[in-house]
Amino acid sequence: MRVRRSIFRVINRRESWAGWSQVAPTLLFLVVFFIVPLAMMFGSSWMARGTYGGIEWRFTAEHYVRFADPLYLSILARTLAWSLGATLFCLLVGYPVAWTLANAGRWKNVLVFLVIVPLWTSYLVRTFAMIFLMRDSGLINTLLLKTGLIQEPLELLYTPGAVMAGLVYGFLPFMVLPIYTSLEKLDPTLLEAAEVLGARPAARFWKVIWPLSLPGVAAGSLLTFIPALGSYLTSDLLGGAKQMMIGNLVQNQFTTARNWPFGAAASFVVMSGVLVAVTLYLRMRDKAPGGGL
Amino acid sequence: MTTTRRLPAWIIAVTGMVYFFLHAPMLVLVIFSFNDSKFSTEWSGFTLHWYTRLLERDDILVALQRSLLVGGASTVISTVLGTLLAMGLARHRLTARTVLEGLVYVPVVTPEIVCGISLLLLFVAMGIPLGTGTIILAHVAFNISYVTVVVRARLEGMDQSLEEAAMILGADEWTTFWRVTVPQLWPGILSGALLAFTMSFDDFVITSLVSGPGTATLPIVVYGMVRKNIEPSINAISTIVLVVTTTLIYVSDRLTRSPKPS
Repeated sequence: MRVRRSIFRVINRRESWAGWSQVAPTLLFLVVFFIVPLAMMFGSSWMARGTYGGIEWRFTAEHYVRFADPLYLSILARTLAWSLGATLFCLLVGYPVAWTLANAGRWKNVLVFLVIVPLWTSYLVRTFAMIFLMRDSGLINTLLLKTGLIQEPLELLYTPGAVMAGLVYGFLPFMVLPIYTSLEKLDPTLLEAAEVLGARPAARFWKVIWPLSLPGVAAGSLLTFIPALGSYLTSDLLGGAKQMMIGNLVQNQFTTARNWPFGAAASFVVMSGVLVAVTLYLRMRDKAPGGGL
Repeated sequence: MTTTRRLPAWIIAVTGMVYFFLHAPMLVLVIFSFNDSKFSTEWSGFTLHWYTRLLERDDILVALQRSLLVGGASTVISTVLGTLLAMGLARHRLTARTVLEGLVYVPVVTPEIVCGISLLLLFVAMGIPLGTGTIILAHVAFNISYVTVVVRARLEGMDQSLEEAAMILGADEWTTFWRVTVPQLWPGILSGALLAFTMSFDDFVITSLVSGPGTATLPIVVYGMVRKNIEPSINAISTIVLVVTTTLIYVSDRLTRSPKPS
């Protein structure tokens, strides 16, 4: 007994040393190439703009004040509205899909795989597919013109609708997969019990299924909202100059406009949105009866 | 739930429409990559012309080489670093564990554009010239966490008693790691590596911010082609990218699903 205990003590003592030696190189890398850059971005958002672009070491809050300008307020409002709208739409159509997956029997593996594939296919290529369909000489307009339903090509590209379609197309799998995971864990006997006790389908959904799927709904909403909030390619390629989102503003300040501190401030605005979303997610997860994913 | 329940018709209808919406655009691209017409939305016969044309474009071939180099290097580094972190977190009681766990998720929740510009700030401040090196560093930075998450999921599902047995029988930490843990863990490591490679190979936003002049990767060349509009060669590239990605994901999926290749 004593021998055993001492062996474990030796293992444990060695463990903490070995553990740190295992995690240290990675932690160092993440701190240097992720945390420090984020801190630098935050810092430079409070600095003045240099005469030739770049950053001057003088404290100022002007870049944040600048967001009160109607132009930037409208970009902020648009970004928020579209990200929330896309998240909500993904939830509405993604939930039934997740339910199908959880109950698909032997088709399950194939169907889940088909949701994963778009997630890992180049987003640039997928956005191009949307352009290919929606541009003036695109497939949709060609078909409609041929059938005589329209005389002039419809203006589909460079509209809010195009950006919205792009966001949903891009991030819907992020919504479906976590909800599917929590629905799959659902114990079917709970539903049978509810049915036996006389609960109608609506009550079975709202009182049993929905609360138990909340961890998935929370995770899915977070994973959809964050990339939508920071999206750059979608609005860049499908929205054009009129449908700028905050991601485009950031990129613009770092390339053509060359106002780095303002760009840093804009990206910190994005990060605070992310922070709020993550906080809400953690709260919701802790409250949910099913626990975290 | 293992039993197949009867699904209401409207749920099946919504699911059908979603699958159509998710896959029809890419299928259309693939079909029209074989279309023998410059005006790419009128079908006028089958051709492989757009594929052979890709081979004549030096910029695409050079960019492809660079993408493979960046993908390979960043995958190897991020897989090693990510696996070590997963091991440390799953197998050791470390102080400040919650902070470490939080740190793993920072890159996952940071939008690409923010990650890209903050790295640009770092490289400029440190005077590191932008080029293939900075692209690789950036890709490692965003890939590590994904590798860690995938490998850790595998570790949590593994039987820890084998490692304990090895240690009690006198194997040291290192021997246990190489002879007991890694052989069981390799499907997880490999699938993490495949995901890392796919993400590196596909990345446009971060790469475009930290790449210097003349160091374009494939997505950057493709972006230029999409912007300049428009020749069916993009359809051909897209088709190749789709086929490669699907294959990699399929392999990775098989690796994570089968618990033990006996």
